[in-house]
Amino acid sequence: MNGIHIFLLCLAALFVLLYALQPKRPKIAFTYLRYIVLALIAAMVMAPFFWLLCSAFKDSSVLMKYTFLPPIMNWAKEINLSNFRELFKSQPSMEGNVYFWQYIINSLFLASITTIVQMFFSSMGGYALAKYDFKGKKIIMFFMLASMMIPGVVLLAPVYKLIVNIGLMDTYWALVLPGACSVFGMFLFRQAIVGIPKDLIEAGRIDGCSEFSIYMNLIMPLVRPMTGAFCLVTFLGSWNNFLGPQVYINAQSKLTLPVVLNQYVGVYANQYGVFLAGTLLAIIPPAILFFCLQKEFISGLSSGAVKG
Amino acid sequence: MAKVFLKDVQKVYDNGFAAVKGASLDIADKEFMVIVGPSGCGKTTTLRMIAGLEEISGGTITIGSRVVNDVPPKDRDIAMVFQNYALYPHMTVFQNLAFSLKLRKYPKAEIKKRVSEVAEMLDISSQLDKKPKALSGGQRQRVALGRAIVRNPAAFLFDEPLSNLDAKLRVTTRAELKALHRRLNTTSIYVTHDQAEAMTLGDRICVMYNGEIQQVAAPMEVYDKPVNRFVAGFLGTPPMNFLKGKISSSDGKNVFILTDGDIVELKNDNGQLKSYMEKEMVLGVRPEHFTVEPFAGQSNNGIKSQVNVVEPLGDRKDVYMSSRSGQKFIANLDPHTAIDVDHQVTMYIDINKAHIFEPGETGKNITISKN
Repeated sequence: MNGIHIFLLCLAALFVLLYALQPKRPKIAFTYLRYIVLALIAAMVMAPFFWLLCSAFKDSSVLMKYTFLPPIMNWAKEINLSNFRELFKSQPSMEGNVYFWQYIINSLFLASITTIVQMFFSSMGGYALAKYDFKGKKIIMFFMLASMMIPGVVLLAPVYKLIVNIGLMDTYWALVLPGACSVFGMFLFRQAIVGIPKDLIEAGRIDGCSEFSIYMNLIMPLVRPMTGAFCLVTFLGSWNNFLGPQVYINAQSKLTLPVVLNQYVGVYANQYGVFLAGTLLAIIPPAILFFCLQKEFISGLSSGAVKG
Repeated sequence: MAKVFLKDVQKVYDNGFAAVKGASLDIADKEFMVIVGPSGCGKTTTLRMIAGLEEISGGTITIGSRVVNDVPPKDRDIAMVFQNYALYPHMTVFQNLAFSLKLRKYPKAEIKKRVSEVAEMLDISSQLDKKPKALSGGQRQRVALGRAIVRNPAAFLFDEPLSNLDAKLRVTTRAELKALHRRLNTTSIYVTHDQAEAMTLGDRICVMYNGEIQQVAAPMEVYDKPVNRFVAGFLGTPPMNFLKGKISSSDGKNVFILTDGDIVELKNDNGQLKSYMEKEMVLGVRPEHFTVEPFAGQSNNGIKSQVNVVEPLGDRKDVYMSSRSGQKFIANLDPHTAIDVDHQVTMYIDINKAHIFEPGETGKNITISKN
């Protein structure tokens, strides 16, 4: 029996005591129980993050010694920034020394460009599918839907061949172009735009808008929640993308965070402390973005769920 | 300010459905033209073709002196008020009003001046900073009107703009619209299915049915002299009554013999009914042209009928009746008329105001066609 067992037993005992003291008002005891269960679930969810936080700051010599933090009297010796110092040291490569911040910038740049390009083309495609009538629209939509059934990994070899043939290997174009028109994104935007009244678009036409101006001035502001949610999902997807950069990028100085972090734990290295410090830093940009777009994300995910 | 001409305008959809079949209409400068008709008659399609929101399949549309068949909506110099207002929900009232001016690159000071003038005219100055969702239906309607007015276009197009308002607000807004037109003096084309709007607003009314224009005339002319049975039945509440029978001659006088045997003496026609003798025809009588007492000099035109329903409406009584052969009709009577359900009464027709139509949905009015 360890400390956690004793703690849980104490909580259970408190529930029994509350129930026994107030047999006529069991509601109090059950409210207490409900909060305890929720708190435990929250703790389970938070535990890996806390573990990551602790491990990033622990000296690599005691990384496996303690589950979370070392005893408080050892903090001065065993808690330090050595992992971060190691992380930000220059790494020799074929193109010269590369610093960790370079990978952060690479990831930020790539995720931002991917998000902007995907958002632009997906929303335009979604608008066209939602509001324009053209020949072959149904067939196009059928093929688009069908293409969503093909797993991305299956396409890796043909896309790789294509990228090599058009000479885009080792460039970010190889990561941006294949996903520039996201079918999922187009359908997402189509669903959001299809509910916008046609009269609004016609009013814009009469007021003097060009077709692009209708898209920019009338449609996009009205699907802002969806745009926010889509941007967040796309940014995260690109930020976490491991396979793409691993396959298409060769130069060390062009690599992104997921690939570089993976280099710290592999066949030739096992710098877990540095890896965890890097992971902690890698969480920060998407977390900031999430807090900025939180409102849009929540309303975007629920938009269209009920009649507004 | 501009005249609007439609010449043989047609709209045939890809599936072969002809929504408008060769409509020709001549709308004068500063005129308020109301296009009225039942759902699916092609009135909105006609308006949308004038606006440029719908391609035309044939004919020509001229606004001012320019044929606009292939001109995009933004270059037609028209403004449109939509049925559901179509205000931009993410913009404030000011931005909604200013949007078209901004797109046309007007100077900021000019935009502000024009928006303020229009807002004052429509009594929405205090709402300029609000978004459309914070406004009531009536206020939204005013903003939609303002958005059209602010551009000072050659013509206004209205697509059932009052149909989303409640009955009371509709009546007040209708009067305001009429006053506004008098003030702005701009050519206006107004589409509605509401005959009261058509009668009250229009300088002229264009009645459409089945994609065809049936009659274009001043409201009272359309009411008093409908060219066919459809127009006669469409305007008026309750609508005109249609009684089946045939034209015949008795003692040298023309008479209309109803299917149940009652005989109505027709007015002197100068021989125009001759070709219709002994043919099945339809007698059209407006509800207000029935009385329980014979009209002066018309003692021989009563119909023996039974009262089915009596609806006292305060200013009048609508009485639903049926003749002996079961032909149903409605009479508008004085509210104090002593009449009740199941009474047997003789209803007299003011034959000077009755019409005779050829049979069929759009049967021709033979009493006016030869005048």
